[in-house]
Amino acid sequence: MTVESILFYLLGSVAVGTALGMILQRNPVMSALLLVANFFCIAGLYLTLQQQFLAVIQIVVYTGAIMVLVIFVIMLLNLGDEERLAERLTISKSLGLALVVGFLAELVYIIMFKNPASEFAQLHPDAARLGTVEGIGSALFGKFLFPFEATSVLLLVAVVGAVILAKKRV
Amino acid sequence: MFIDLHTYLGLSAMLFVIGVAGVLVRRNVIIVFMCIELMLNSVNLTLAAFSSYLGDQTGQVLVFFVMAVAAAEAAVGLAIVIALFRNKKTVNIDEINILKW
Repeated sequence: MTVESILFYLLGSVAVGTALGMILQRNPVMSALLLVANFFCIAGLYLTLQQQFLAVIQIVVYTGAIMVLVIFVIMLLNLGDEERLAERLTISKSLGLALVVGFLAELVYIIMFKNPASEFAQLHPDAARLGTVEGIGSALFGKFLFPFEATSVLLLVAVVGAVILAKKRV
Repeated sequence: MFIDLHTYLGLSAMLFVIGVAGVLVRRNVIIVFMCIELMLNSVNLTLAAFSSYLGDQTGQVLVFFVMAVAAAEAAVGLAIVIALFRNKKTVNIDEINILKW
């Protein structure tokens, strides 16, 4: 076992555990905090893929901006625990869960048994160079300049839309 | 022993399916929203893994754009939740059915 594989299995199992805890937890604040832990694990997994820039951005954008916003809204609406779910397991929900299990089986079958695995056994030698700020920056301001600039328009529209939607009267 | 690409893909498939199950089971609209974020993250992990194993940068740039869209979606979605709570006094998706029929 190398350090990478130990880190991968540790972070991966914590990520799956916190994700399960998030959907099983009845208190919204607790599930938001579990999702924050999950995002930290995913940032660690980006580091095992040698992508420093994405790991930092994951923490800054997801846990620093999005989850703070979510927790702020939970506090603002003053939400309590959800009522018990057990008696509300309807036919459509159990059908949905059965479909979810089938979907997982399908994904695992395709990923694990249908692909030639040999050429993807380890990271590409260029991976560490591509994951730095320099690598991402040269791609963003070179080949992907137009989508990058279009994103700024999207964010502006989202800010204006959020203000108008949340205002009491326009 | 090295981790191969398929292990990463299997992990992100598990996270995605947990997100789908959360969307189907939970009734608090904010938790449904967080499950959507979890699904976006698992797809991001897939893109990043492919990017590292193929030595191609497009996957990482796509993750960057997905994060920007997720931030925009969070702002607008939570504003919708606040507007909805102000009008209907609930965040339970069973009771928010004005678009039904």
